[in-house]
Amino acid sequence: MQTAHLLLLILVLTPIAYSLALMRSKAVAEPLGGIRNLKALPFYYAARAALWCAIPALIVLALWAAFESKVIQGIVIASMPMDVWPDSAGRASLVLSQISNVAAGSLNANNVPEHIAEAAKVLEGLRDRSDNFKAMLVALIAVLGAAFAWTRVMPHINARENVERTLRWFFFLCAAVAVLTTAGIVFSVLFETLRFFEKVPITDFLFSTSWSPQTALRADQVGSDGAFGVIPLFTGTLLISAIALLVAVPTGLLSAVYLSEYASKRARATIKPLMEMLAGIPTVVYGFFAALTVAPFIRDAAAIIGLEASSQSALAAGLVMGIMIIPFVSSLSDDVINAVPQAMRDGSLALGATQSETMKKVIFPAALPGIIGGILLAASRAIGETMIVVMAAGLAANLTANPLESVTTVTVQIATLLVGDQEFDSAKTLSAFALGALLFIVTLMLNVVALKIVRKYREQYD
Amino acid sequence: MTDQRSQAEIVRRSLKKRYRKERRFRVYGMVAIFIALASLVILFADIINKGHTGFIKTTVTLDVTLDSEQMYLTDPTDAEQRSMADFIAPIITALQEQIPGAESAAQTRELRALVSSYAANDISDRLRANPELLNTTETFVFQAHDQVSVYVKHADNPKYSIRLSEQQQQWVDYLQEEGVIGTSFNDTLFSRGDSREPGNAGILGAIVGSLLTMLVTLMISFPMGIAAAVYLEEFAPQNKITDFIEVNINNLAAVPSIIFGLLGLAVFISLFGMPRSVPVVGGLVLALMTLPTIIISSRAAIKAVPPSIREAAEGIGASKMQVVLHHVIPLAMPGMLTGSIIGMAQALGETAPLLLIGMVAFIVDVPEGFFDSATVLPVQIYLWASSSEQGFVELASAGIMVLLTFMITMNALAIWLRKRLERRW
Repeated sequence: MQTAHLLLLILVLTPIAYSLALMRSKAVAEPLGGIRNLKALPFYYAARAALWCAIPALIVLALWAAFESKVIQGIVIASMPMDVWPDSAGRASLVLSQISNVAAGSLNANNVPEHIAEAAKVLEGLRDRSDNFKAMLVALIAVLGAAFAWTRVMPHINARENVERTLRWFFFLCAAVAVLTTAGIVFSVLFETLRFFEKVPITDFLFSTSWSPQTALRADQVGSDGAFGVIPLFTGTLLISAIALLVAVPTGLLSAVYLSEYASKRARATIKPLMEMLAGIPTVVYGFFAALTVAPFIRDAAAIIGLEASSQSALAAGLVMGIMIIPFVSSLSDDVINAVPQAMRDGSLALGATQSETMKKVIFPAALPGIIGGILLAASRAIGETMIVVMAAGLAANLTANPLESVTTVTVQIATLLVGDQEFDSAKTLSAFALGALLFIVTLMLNVVALKIVRKYREQYD
Repeated sequence: MTDQRSQAEIVRRSLKKRYRKERRFRVYGMVAIFIALASLVILFADIINKGHTGFIKTTVTLDVTLDSEQMYLTDPTDAEQRSMADFIAPIITALQEQIPGAESAAQTRELRALVSSYAANDISDRLRANPELLNTTETFVFQAHDQVSVYVKHADNPKYSIRLSEQQQQWVDYLQEEGVIGTSFNDTLFSRGDSREPGNAGILGAIVGSLLTMLVTLMISFPMGIAAAVYLEEFAPQNKITDFIEVNINNLAAVPSIIFGLLGLAVFISLFGMPRSVPVVGGLVLALMTLPTIIISSRAAIKAVPPSIREAAEGIGASKMQVVLHHVIPLAMPGMLTGSIIGMAQALGETAPLLLIGMVAFIVDVPEGFFDSATVLPVQIYLWASSSEQGFVELASAGIMVLLTFMITMNALAIWLRKRLERRW
């Protein structure tokens, strides 16, 4: 049976278990003189039965579904004669896809070596057995679980406590998913990164100044090694982020100041959501705008004043990214400016300072740490942004500080290396994970520092 | 005395300067806001300007005589015959009736290049459905060829290069006057999946893919986000584990989205062997990505429920779990919903992580289930925007308009919910 059908089966069995236990709890309560003589309400006995029916079965089903194909593949490979065992992971996946194609009927069994055809039969047999066994096991566990809970509908047992404890565990596990996700990220990039550093020394990766991940198909071709120096990518990322911050910080900060200090309540109520719309626009839209409108405009404008700009320039990507992060800067600065106590403002104004002087000499210094935290968060956003730079900044890894040239960034390279057909286990594919690890570490550090600063500063006035 | 007067003089003189500074500062603020709002307006105007033509299609309306001899077709229900038949010939004949004298081989070729290469399929499909139409004359509305479409829509726009020959341009002008070539609402856009030809490409496949993906995301991230928020706000003890979880959630909220793509590639596709390019995997990745957003906003909503309500419920003997399930969650629900809608809107526009799990494949069919290969709206836009065909740019802009409509609707819904269900204690 299909996993989806089994899910449906559990979905049918659970309410049955629920209602059976509900009836039994009422039946048990009857001779005692009503449900008030039970330790818990009938609802809880029923809910407990439903949980006993669904949860163990779901866990078994999920584990089975997750590891089924891996285990079957292992057995299939092991069933093949010793002398045709694939010698590398790459060959193994090739052989396996051949086998499953034969089993699925999309490849004729007569056109492949005999051992593959044999293995395909083994695979089919295993799949059938696995499917049957899975279905039986899941159904059995669901029924047994429900039956167990049903027999335990007794007046002296507090089912409410059981149910609540289970729910609490469920709540805890959901919160723990965040930790699992982080662990998943760390491990998935860590292992591949370590494998990458087996092929390319870490010193080359960090300190070499050329990036050309193209590895040749034949060993004797020119440039077959590929160069994996991350410095040009990093300078490209920094260049674009710097341009973005140059746009976003003054604009965001000044508009936050105006909105919090000068604007009328009504103006603020209309302008603020409008500005926040900028943050809600999907990045692919910004990328489209940057690539098809801003970049050609910059190229033409540069041509008029006699400069030569590439059709995909760092400036275009940076400008548009700057527009995108204006709301991050402005709403974070708005928060910290509003957090400065009114007494400080009043004091300064009472001494005869103008509003702008109060702003510049009193509020701004007081809010500065929080504002810096906000800027760091915006910077981390700019460094991790992908679509705008993929569409507007180009792929050539130029080591340059000229914003009119095309540069490439860490995220662009990750995306281009992993989109489409990838070579299995090549340094090229693995390098994307190394870049991912680098990006993760850099943005993580920025975020931690920024969150620390923001939090520490907020506590001062609380 | 003189000393005082000179001081007053200094103050008076400096006052003017200070007021000027004050005014300048105000102007800076207004300029900053103006820049931000102007970019918003320019962005929208640019996309509408580029994309409004995407909602129009160019059609060729012809009375075609379905001559069985000309098509080498005697039985339209026979698949083999259909595959050998010539469905182009009757179209050309019909065009030649409109433009007498275009009979040389070269002219025939040029005529043929006026209709989309899918036009033959239209005839084939219609005949298969109604075999009795053979040897009758029927009115067909074909898609015009993309170059014709560019010429009809953008002849006066220098940004588009016209690739029609002089002869073809004359014909198109003439046929437009005759009403054979015309424009109408582009229903193809909303009824088909992707195609190699802009005229036949639609966003239905991407919309359905987006819906399926969002459904998976919602089913996972909404209950989990609420459960996690409830745990952290109501049950979590003050200890290292809780601190660790909280720090993790805050950090995850700021991890670049492409990193989640790497996670999906390494864990769901490589480790668990799930298929690439399907809504389930896309939904899982986006769910993990939006989870922190939903947790953070749900926590804020739970925090806003006053302690007096909890105390009152506890006072009449409710257990902690009953307090949470019967009182806190229902009262915090509007806030949780608002946060979730905003999180879903973000997920709807996300592209980068989906590129890594293979949702950039060229997929023509509209997906029918969670395990069908699919693409999503933003990825479709990305694919079209990076395509070299001119016609795809307007489709990409039209797609952006559809995407933005969805997002604005979702955000408006969130605002409306907040306004409507907002409660002050």
